Amino acid sequence: MNRYLSAVLADRMGVVLLTVLLVSAVWVPIASLVLPASHPLHMGSYSVALWGKYLCFGLLALSLDMVWGKLGILSLGHGVFFGLGGYVMGMYLMRQVGDRGVYGDPILPDFMVFLNWDELPWYWFGFDHAWIAFPLILIVPGLLAYVFGALAFRSRVTGVYLSIITQAMTYAVMLAFFRNELGFGGNNGLTGFFDILGYDLREDVTRAALFSATALSLAGCYVLCRCLFATRLGLLCTAVRDAESRVRFLGYRTDRVKLSVFVLSAAIAGLAGALYVPQVGIINPGEFSPLNSIEIVIWVALGGRGTLWGAVVGAVVVNVAKTQFTGWLPEGWLFMLGGLFVLTTLYLPRGLAMLVPKRVSGS
Amino acid sequence: MSAANRRPVSRSGGERSLDTSHGTVLYLEGLSVSFDGFKAINDLSLYINDGELRCVIGPNGAGKTTLMDIVTGKTRPDEGEAWFGQTLDLLRLDEAAIANAGIGRKFQQPTVFTELTVAENLELAMAGNRNVLSVLRAKLSGEQRDLIASTLERIGLVALRDMNASTLSHGQKQWLEIGMLLMQQPRLLLVDEPATGMTHQEMAQTGELLCSLAGDHSVVVVEHDMDFVRSLDSPVTVLHQGSVLAEGSLDAIQSDPLVRSVYLGE
Amino acid sequence: MMNVRGGTLPPVFFQRLWRAVLLGLAVCFSPVQAADLPDALQSALEDLAGRDKVLRLEAVERIANSGTEESEALLQVILSGELYHWKPEDRFVRGEKDGRKFILYALEDGAELATVGRREAKKVSINNTLRGAVKSALATLDLIAPDPAKRLAGVRAQFAALAVPVERIDALLESESDTAVRDSLVTLRAMTLVSDETASGEPLMTAIAALGNSTEPGALTPLKGRFERSDDDAEKSALSSAIKAFESRQARFGMVKQVFFGLSLGSILVLAAIGLAITFGVMGVINMAHGELIMLGAYTTWAMQQLLPGQPGVALLLAIPMGFMVSASVGMVMERFAISKLYGRPLETLLLTFGFSLILQQAVRTFISARNVAVSNPSWMSGSLELHPMLSLTMNRVVIMFFCLAVFAVLWWVMQRTRFGLQLRAVTQHREMARCVGVRSRRIDTLTFGLGAGLAGLAGVALSQLGNVGPNLGQAWIVDSFLVVVFGGVGNLWGTLIGGLGIGVATKLIEPWSGAVLAKVLLLVAVILFIQRRPRGLFPPSGRSAGDN
Ligand SMILES: Nc1ncnc2c1ncn2[C@@H]1O[C@H](COP(=O)(O)OP(=O)(O)OP(=O)(O)O)[C@@H](O)[C@H]1O
Ligand SMILES: [Mg+2]
Repeated sequence: MNRYLSAVLADRMGVVLLTVLLVSAVWVPIASLVLPASHPLHMGSYSVALWGKYLCFGLLALSLDMVWGKLGILSLGHGVFFGLGGYVMGMYLMRQVGDRGVYGDPILPDFMVFLNWDELPWYWFGFDHAWIAFPLILIVPGLLAYVFGALAFRSRVTGVYLSIITQAMTYAVMLAFFRNELGFGGNNGLTGFFDILGYDLREDVTRAALFSATALSLAGCYVLCRCLFATRLGLLCTAVRDAESRVRFLGYRTDRVKLSVFVLSAAIAGLAGALYVPQVGIINPGEFSPLNSIEIVIWVALGGRGTLWGAVVGAVVVNVAKTQFTGWLPEGWLFMLGGLFVLTTLYLPRGLAMLVPKRVSGS
Repeated sequence: MSAANRRPVSRSGGERSLDTSHGTVLYLEGLSVSFDGFKAINDLSLYINDGELRCVIGPNGAGKTTLMDIVTGKTRPDEGEAWFGQTLDLLRLDEAAIANAGIGRKFQQPTVFTELTVAENLELAMAGNRNVLSVLRAKLSGEQRDLIASTLERIGLVALRDMNASTLSHGQKQWLEIGMLLMQQPRLLLVDEPATGMTHQEMAQTGELLCSLAGDHSVVVVEHDMDFVRSLDSPVTVLHQGSVLAEGSLDAIQSDPLVRSVYLGE
Repeated sequence: MMNVRGGTLPPVFFQRLWRAVLLGLAVCFSPVQAADLPDALQSALEDLAGRDKVLRLEAVERIANSGTEESEALLQVILSGELYHWKPEDRFVRGEKDGRKFILYALEDGAELATVGRREAKKVSINNTLRGAVKSALATLDLIAPDPAKRLAGVRAQFAALAVPVERIDALLESESDTAVRDSLVTLRAMTLVSDETASGEPLMTAIAALGNSTEPGALTPLKGRFERSDDDAEKSALSSAIKAFESRQARFGMVKQVFFGLSLGSILVLAAIGLAITFGVMGVINMAHGELIMLGAYTTWAMQQLLPGQPGVALLLAIPMGFMVSASVGMVMERFAISKLYGRPLETLLLTFGFSLILQQAVRTFISARNVAVSNPSWMSGSLELHPMLSLTMNRVVIMFFCLAVFAVLWWVMQRTRFGLQLRAVTQHREMARCVGVRSRRIDTLTFGLGAGLAGLAGVALSQLGNVGPNLGQAWIVDSFLVVVFGGVGNLWGTLIGGLGIGVATKLIEPWSGAVLAKVLLLVAVILFIQRRPRGLFPPSGRSAGDN
């Protein structure tokens, strides 16, 4: 245990991040529930959800940094895992709607009634139980990552090729989910949720709780990653990133190393998606668009890849900027984003983390 | 040509039951490889005895490195057979399985993990169970620490223990790679041009090291430096255009008119 | 009966001239008295102006069957409701209303006759029944037109209605000499017979068999119709085998057509992907802005058409070099000032170029329009090319296929026969080695990137002729282009060609039974699986430099 603790503490910026997360997990519920609305520090439910969303993106970025920063796999398809986690959560929430939908069908979600389906497809069964649905949040993305990764890594698809087929995967999943026949609400996705685990999603308490859950999950996952990369497996990951074929001649199965981290990363991305959906209230195939996936990459690149905390910072910074920017100049956001890609890769190869003096970061 | 479609045979690094009952560790028979029609290896047969130290020499492009590529699973021959001991068909194994079976290799171009420290490089190379879960749980025991320390001493990098390998010079990288090879404790060592970038003194050290390894291990050394080869005082195989041209002691080889004509350019 | 008004030439003179000029020519013109309507027409018109419904209907038929030169024009006049009876002269004329007056023209030669008041001209009005009769009469008129192409079209036009009696068809067949027209008349006869409930016996069976072997797409309907209604077993079995024969042939042609569509799609994919493959081969970088460079090519076409209004063809031809240059210069600027700084870091380059793609896309949205712009097809690219009654290909696709082949050929020549191509191939195979023998690899990089971008521009020019041109054009093609590169392998033109055509044909062959979206999904999955077997594509680059480590 000692070794892990020191690994976590060794990265001072990471400690700062953890502190901020833990404090906000406590503070935000207070600020939104206890403080009166007139208080200057009061947080409305809108901003609670907004910050909750940013943290979900932070978690997603963390999961990408695990594979890109630490293992050198530039996945342009992490949005798929995020989206799948979101869809699992969405299906659970959809089943919680019960007969409160527009059509009042006790079993079928509205969109199925609309499509004249008479019964629930088999893959929707069980989603009304949290104990079935919640594990699937990790399992479904993990499974896709396993199948995809097993195929790709075993046949040694690497580098740019790998990036491109991850993008193709995203694209394929997006097209598939746009189809009504697939049974996930087609174009519109899943929306119109009421409650989660019996708590009303529109209540401030629920929102504050979701925020705290997100902050704690992010903190937990960060610690998990730190510990993971502090083991010999962490060394091995670095070795694989820098000279994969050499590692094979030492007798390691690099495909399995990559596969395990990739699957873990996908599960974390799925968790991020699942936390995201109840806070924004909708999940649709747009989440699978290639652009979304590649945006995650810029969060990580901007924050500083391979640092873990940098990914989280990058995600939050870019998304805060996006919210602000689209507010006053919607036209300009893509210019901004494009410029960010160009400037970061050219002038900040190690991201914002470059700007933190070694003395401070401690690593 | 790639090893991608070989069956990965799961085999942990620990087990070492090699059948060398006939006294031979490596059988290479009738190997041929061509790249786009160019025959880099041409009907080559070579046998390495258990505990033997063998030098392989040959002009540039003779196919020495390619030979090692075949043995370690990097390149798949078009024809021929390669057996490790009596029972292990190397052509059916992938690189990791071959390494785990007990064949270690030092590359011509020294390749170490530049983002890891010297000690970490050695730790990764250390013999042990290679599957993901055991690697995850692995912790250095006191014994293993000592092993790393003694290896560091043997390769003269004690002071650089915690330096990133990227800061090492070419010669130091050579040493580090030799150290990694030692940590791997393979049955057969394939050493490709170890002396490049080393001082005369270091070369002598390397030579001693390799000689001391012979006996317990089998060692195949590829080298261009004739002084170094002479210092090893071992049987020499001459490769030319992908096949064995001559075999024997260095003196015998050097007086062989055939070798002189193709290799020494006379 | 009718007076010749001043100003027109005397009939006798006209007749002489007519004979003098046309004497030697074998024409089927019936000798017409120029200033006079033939009697047959005249009397028919009189009946038409009458009140008897039956007589009026017959009158239309009489006009149609009169075999006179004027009948078609006359029917058109009737149909447009411009036929007037000029009472004082007791003459049928064409009239145009001009305010409260009517301007009258002669039916026979269109000469203006007079401007008269309302009372002097009486409109010969027609009702819907008559209008229908006139229309079908007009259609059958073509059956006896002197021009064989017109006759052929006339016969074809009858395939839907099947209103021509068999006897009439037989009569036509007798005098018909053109084989194509004869063939379609035979088909028409068979179709008419098969859809005629009263037909039976030997003639019917021959007709059914004939339809089974016909290439006319419409032949299936009468067969199927009769099959549904028929209760005669022998007839039914004949029908069903004819239907089967027909449908299998139709399926075969459908297949050919689908393959053509596939090749067409494939050739576009080749165009779109080839530049990508070249830059990837030489520099190891994936240019994510490639799609936007394609888009720039398409917008260049649009801009050229704006500059040369009314000459879409010239504009399109000019757009070919312009599109190449616009995209190539944007590409070279990108390479010079950004990509070259990231040499050896392909993943970063991917992100960098993605940044450029966003910027270019948004620039078009902001400075041109967020909506699609209209690019027109020049006349030689519209319409279709009929190779067979069952197989016609749209002209723009055919042209683009040839364009693709031409680009490919030029590119091949550049690669194999020019110094630049030689250097480019050298850098692809072994950068360091090429450097050692004096290739300025930096310059080659820039030029290569320019070439790749320029090819994207050409693809854009081609794409502008196929569909919408908008800011998202590039996005729509980029994933497919990647797949082609992944599938075909890099640094090998043939790989891209075969990869592109293969993917195009595969897509179009799957599409009919899976739908467009599913076809795409299946294809993506297939390529992902394919790359498992051959991680470096169909034609992997060879050589040591290609291997890792
Ligand atoms: N993957 C490959 N693709 C193409 N050619 C190759 C490949 N590997 C080796 N070759 C060629 O095979 C020949 C033998 O190469 P090899 O590296 O085995 O020679 P060598 O004896 O090790 O030479 P040196 O003494 O220079 O190290 C060379 O001509 C080389 O170019
Ligand atoms: Mg060599």
